[in-house]
Amino acid sequence: MRAVYFAWVRERIGKTDEELAPPESVVSVADLITWLSARDEGYAYAFENPDIIRTAIDQNHVQHDALIAGAREIAFFPPMTGG
Amino acid sequence: MPASPKIHIAIQQEDFDVAAQVAALTQGRTDIGAVVTFTGLCRDEAGTLSALELEHYPGMAEAEIARVVQDAQTRWPLMGVTAIHRYGKIAPGEQIVLVIATSSHRVAAFEAAEFLMDYLKSRAPFWKKDHRKDGAQGQWVDAREEDEKALGRWEG
Repeated sequence: MRAVYFAWVRERIGKTDEELAPPESVVSVADLITWLSARDEGYAYAFENPDIIRTAIDQNHVQHDALIAGAREIAFFPPMTGG
Repeated sequence: MPASPKIHIAIQQEDFDVAAQVAALTQGRTDIGAVVTFTGLCRDEAGTLSALELEHYPGMAEAEIARVVQDAQTRWPLMGVTAIHRYGKIAPGEQIVLVIATSSHRVAAFEAAEFLMDYLKSRAPFWKKDHRKDGAQGQWVDAREEDEKALGRWEG
């Protein structure tokens, strides 16, 4: 699946997007955040406060308990500040 | 037979012309009784802002605004809706966002415009970054709790 990052999540991780191949034990968005956080300091910093991270699967908002099976694109971003 | 609602959604870098956008919704129709427009501007309260930089999630930004517009159409009898949101660098005083709602009567148009803005602020994937005149590192704008609370009255 493709991961995409926006705003300060993108800056902390240091990339706009990437291909992910998580192990089978990673089933939910929350699992994916935990798995990514362990990668390096940038990911750990981006996800240091996971409760405020917003996520979307295939461009629809989802909660952290959403399952990632079948997802083509998963996005991580801060609370939105448009308008 | 009533004309079908006219919906225009755009995510764009360039500025927009409010009067032209209103005309596009109303021209050639005689059944519209109310047009409510909301224009959001880049605000600099302290005189220290050089620009706001707006980042967005291409694809999802359009899709999410379309979902909010659809929701508004199920709640109020709207004859047309326009929602335009800019991205990129925007200087103080410039326009950022436009919402127009048209209906037979004012209450529907007022309420729908407010609903659209409330949802746009907290659900449309846009993020603002401050750029300061003193050249200090840009800061991401924090989401306001009031914006999230504003959604409460439309729910339930």
